[in-house]
Amino acid sequence: MTNAIELDDVSFGYDRRRPVLKGITMSIPRGQVVAIMGGSGCGKTTILRLIGGQLRQQHGQVKVDGASVRDLGREELYALRRRIGMLFQFGALFTDMTVFENIAFPMREHTDLSDALIRDLVLMKLHAVGLRGAAQLKPSELSGGMARRVALARAVALDPMLVLYDEPFAGLDPISLGVVGQLIRRLNDALGITSVIVTHDVYESLKIVDYLYFVSEGRIIAQGTPDEVRNSADPFVRQFVDGEADGPVPFHYPARSYAEELAAGAN
Amino acid sequence: MPTKPLANGLRRIGAGTIRAVSRMGFAARFFVAVLYHSPAALRRIPLTLREVYFAGVLSLVVIIVSGVFVGMVLGLQGYDTLNLYGAGDSLGLFVGLSLVRELGPVVAGLLFASRAGSAITAEIGLMKTTEQLSAMEMMAVDPLARIVAPRFWGGVISMPLLAALFSVMGVFGAYVVGVRLIGVDSGTFWGNMQAGIEFRPDVTNSIIKSVVFGVAVSLIAVFEGYDAKPTAEGVSAATTRTVVEGSLAILALDFILTVFMFRGVGDV
Amino acid sequence: MNRSAIDLWVGIFVTIGIGAIVFLALKVGNLASLDSKPSYHLEASFTNIGGLKLRAPVRAAGVIVGRVESVKLDTTTYEARVTMRIDNDYKFSKDTIAAVLTSGLLGEVYIGLEIGGDPQMLADNGRITKTQSALVLEKLISQFLFDKVSSGPGQ
Repeated sequence: MTNAIELDDVSFGYDRRRPVLKGITMSIPRGQVVAIMGGSGCGKTTILRLIGGQLRQQHGQVKVDGASVRDLGREELYALRRRIGMLFQFGALFTDMTVFENIAFPMREHTDLSDALIRDLVLMKLHAVGLRGAAQLKPSELSGGMARRVALARAVALDPMLVLYDEPFAGLDPISLGVVGQLIRRLNDALGITSVIVTHDVYESLKIVDYLYFVSEGRIIAQGTPDEVRNSADPFVRQFVDGEADGPVPFHYPARSYAEELAAGAN
Repeated sequence: MPTKPLANGLRRIGAGTIRAVSRMGFAARFFVAVLYHSPAALRRIPLTLREVYFAGVLSLVVIIVSGVFVGMVLGLQGYDTLNLYGAGDSLGLFVGLSLVRELGPVVAGLLFASRAGSAITAEIGLMKTTEQLSAMEMMAVDPLARIVAPRFWGGVISMPLLAALFSVMGVFGAYVVGVRLIGVDSGTFWGNMQAGIEFRPDVTNSIIKSVVFGVAVSLIAVFEGYDAKPTAEGVSAATTRTVVEGSLAILALDFILTVFMFRGVGDV
Repeated sequence: MNRSAIDLWVGIFVTIGIGAIVFLALKVGNLASLDSKPSYHLEASFTNIGGLKLRAPVRAAGVIVGRVESVKLDTTTYEARVTMRIDNDYKFSKDTIAAVLTSGLLGEVYIGLEIGGDPQMLADNGRITKTQSALVLEKLISQFLFDKVSSGPGQ
């Protein structure tokens, strides 16, 4: 069985001078929940955008379901995206539509199903995330956790083979956080999909994922199963898991030495 | 060194020019892309109708109220000035020509740019900021076809109707002031207007102008929204740019169109 | 805002918008008048047309019967040749007099037609031979000063 996603020595930069990713290699098997972890701005969202074909790498290969994403034509790319669900950082629900219409949107756009059938499907998806009662609310009337669950229902609306999660836990209270985490795991197993979670929330990830990658400054610096990570002696992993302010990931943004800079101001 | 500020100044002018030209090129390519996606968007009429509602119906009140007031002011000022030359009877013609040829399309266009154009930019910009456009792309739905094209056409359809309505309201306002208040004869008012205004050069050119303004303002509005920096300041700056660029585009295009349309009409 | 309400409002909006265009066309722009009615052409030459403009009205007894369609300078006689488009409803005799007139001191310049007694009527592209040119104010004053005019300026 092939892997759902394979990245081989992938490099990417928005311009020549500032590479964001420097030779990333990873493979994500089907049916697993995999987390890509790292500090803010380390390039983990960029990996998702490369997988979804919204960005194209300068070097290396990104393969989804055996097809090289960079080489797909527009039609093929759109055909691939129909089989990928994505949950955006803050849900990215369409604010001018009700919850119901948000979930019906991909169905209406890509299928010729009757209104009655779409209604049943939407209610099923909403039931799965426990928000059937909120169908007629507007996104502005939802709490952050509810919005995330609706976005989750929308991401799986077309029964995708792969779901990408961009910071699904950001800005949630502990209860919502647990709910969303369990939903990701349950949907993955019930629907037989593959899930990729980009996050910096290490505790929640360790509870639900099968495998973790740690990314820093554009490189993978550690990887392993949750048990391996918990017991890892790697200083970066330790800093991440224990939440220490300074370590291999420096507290200070790169700068001249403090003394030098103060001295320069005095002249 | 005296040459340094000069060189810097020139460099800044150069950089600004290059930026402006590349933006124009980008906008032109964007325009072509919007047109390319339009047939698919227009086939789903409800999407465009919804935008006609937001761009057109919601602009009705401001268009009607300003039209009436502009017409009333034209009636008062026009009558006073014309009366100096004993030509107060030509009030209908003066008001009609001013509104149909210039004020209708131009003022309606300016109001449209600030009322509907800014709303379109803000909406698309916010959708970009909140990753709604990105989400749509990832759902294999092209935002150009689903979001941008319907808004563009909604604006293009609404603008000529609003401009015509503005002109009619202006004539009505001038009629109220000129005929009801000042006492110009009603028959003279309408008669002079009809004798001096022709359908083909005046009214059709007025409609052409308003269509051109509608295309320009709608394009600027959707482009600025789509091109906005995805931050709060980015969206507010884009909204401001829509109103400024939209208004300038209307005034410049109006001059160009007027040169082609009306120069020489009155001469042998 | 649901679909049917939007449809209704857009319907109202489009209807009054098109109504406004029709109003401009008919009530303000006078589309229904001469332009669309069947018409024929008449020609007349003047030594001077003064401030006559394209689409200036052609009047008979004060009623608009047509419009000036083109004005050219005839390079053999150096007279202005004016083509008028006249409503088919109105026929004029062969000895009709055409004059360039002004309504009021600052009013519009128009062509006045004064019908004669000839039983034969002018056909399409017919030529009005009897014409009276525009009065030029400066000429009138100089004529008056040099006392070469026996009576006051008439038409």
